[in-house]
Amino acid sequence: QKVSVEVLDHLEQLALVDFRDAEGVERLQKAVQFADQLHEVNTDGVEPMDSVLEDRCLYLREDDVTEGNCTKELLENAKEKVEEYFVAPPGNIPLPKLGERETFLQGS
Amino acid sequence: LAPWVPVVGLEIHAQISSNSKLFSGSQVQFAAPPNSLVSFFDASLPGTLPVLNRRCVEAAVMTGLALNCSINKKSLFDRKHYFYADLPAGYQITQQRVPIAVNGSLSYSLCIDNKMSQMVTKTVRIKQIQLEQDSGKSLHDDTRSQTLVDLNRAGVGLMEVVMEPDLCCGEEAAAAVRELQLILQTLGSSQAVMAEGQLRVDANVSVHHPGEPYGVRTEVKNINSIRFLAKAVDYEIQRQIEELENGGTILNETRAFDSKLGCTVPMRDKEGKQDYRFMPEPNLPPLILYDAKSLPANMNHQQVINIDWIHERLPDLPSVRREKLVEQYGILPEHSFTLLNEDGLAEFFENVVKQTQMKPKKVIGWILQDLLSYLKQHSLTVKESPVSPVLLADLLSLLEKKEISSTAAKQVLAELWKGDGRTPLEIVKEQKLQLLEDQNELEQICQAVIDRQENE
Repeated sequence: QKVSVEVLDHLEQLALVDFRDAEGVERLQKAVQFADQLHEVNTDGVEPMDSVLEDRCLYLREDDVTEGNCTKELLENAKEKVEEYFVAPPGNIPLPKLGERETFLQGS
Repeated sequence: LAPWVPVVGLEIHAQISSNSKLFSGSQVQFAAPPNSLVSFFDASLPGTLPVLNRRCVEAAVMTGLALNCSINKKSLFDRKHYFYADLPAGYQITQQRVPIAVNGSLSYSLCIDNKMSQMVTKTVRIKQIQLEQDSGKSLHDDTRSQTLVDLNRAGVGLMEVVMEPDLCCGEEAAAAVRELQLILQTLGSSQAVMAEGQLRVDANVSVHHPGEPYGVRTEVKNINSIRFLAKAVDYEIQRQIEELENGGTILNETRAFDSKLGCTVPMRDKEGKQDYRFMPEPNLPPLILYDAKSLPANMNHQQVINIDWIHERLPDLPSVRREKLVEQYGILPEHSFTLLNEDGLAEFFENVVKQTQMKPKKVIGWILQDLLSYLKQHSLTVKESPVSPVLLADLLSLLEKKEISSTAAKQVLAELWKGDGRTPLEIVKEQKLQLLEDQNELEQICQAVIDRQENE
């Protein structure tokens, strides 16, 4: 069962992942197959576990101000800044559509 | 022409009133130098982890209880992924699968035909309340084609209140949100000031013919006040009806309300269906809440949230307060609505009643007509009133004791409004407004007037 080009394109747009070549796509397919083995177990009536932390206690913090005030440090990593603001492009720049970008998927 | 049934569902984001953020210890404050209230976690620097703020959980439980919800003793956190410059992590931590509260209801009142005297109570079902992070703020600089990002708001705790689509028009939406706002302010779980972004409302609107399936819905955002909420919803309902009657179709899109033009327009950045790729938040175990029965014996009580303890300490909700005002003071239900609708007015009224001889049923007229209209004319809040409760109480006592007439009382009030420190009694004496009851004195004055007439 192969992952369709539509799904791969969709993933590239959503997650900005670049599957790069046939090997990359194959790796994804193998990962899906690996996870699909879970279907072989009968889990009727069993609550799904979605975290190994499920029996841990969720620590609750007191509502005190203990952090912040480190503008200078945070902005050190910024490529561009304007008066203590981070600078970003005017909006999301969408990944060009399948036919218009350089991607391995085009040929598939 | 077949009738149209509008369907309106609201998603409301209320900023939690807390000192620090939902998952970090940086401060929550409205106006501050950009990026000064930001911790390493808020900026999504690698190696940082979320730590849940107890106060935020309590706020959500209080709100859930006040809205008649079932509180989930076990709720989960998830990641909702999307890219935007003001969301540094590339995902928002929210509660999509199992939120903290579900299946509640909100009762609100509407005036029939704009007459205050006929009020009807309606209910809107609450689907769920979830805890989630707020994003930072983007300032769009179109001239330089860039966006400036301030992360001060990133990570602030939000309660998202999701309502079922039980509303049918702008008026209902406005009334429901107003009541929710009052409840949140009474609880203190959110200050819910829309102008400061503490309460944000998105409206989902669709129309259909009775008996047919629901129509395609649009989402309307960028609504900045309760008044605009009513306008935006009504405009969108009309727009959809006209579009469909002209043979067009409704796109499942996100639209922004333009308050200047009074219409909704498609939003640029939200084209295409979003796929949020929800996944469990791997860094947070389930949130477990307790009640009196399930309270664990040996746990550190700072780590335990007891739903029953919170329930016992809930303040009187607005609906209860209104009932008490009506019962205690004999005022009309619509009066109680107006009293609670203005911040501080109910307290002002009760303070006056305490300090005056005039009966509450008469005092209410002076509060709702004279005082309130003065405040509105001068755009003042009750707190800013130059006339204090004690001054008004003194004035009304003079009137009640028949020392002045009702006309004179209005005159004195006008003088009191100047706020120069004179008391009602001083003004009455100064302007000779006392009612005279002494027979001889009255005869002398009348005689003097008659004499003057004869001399002219």
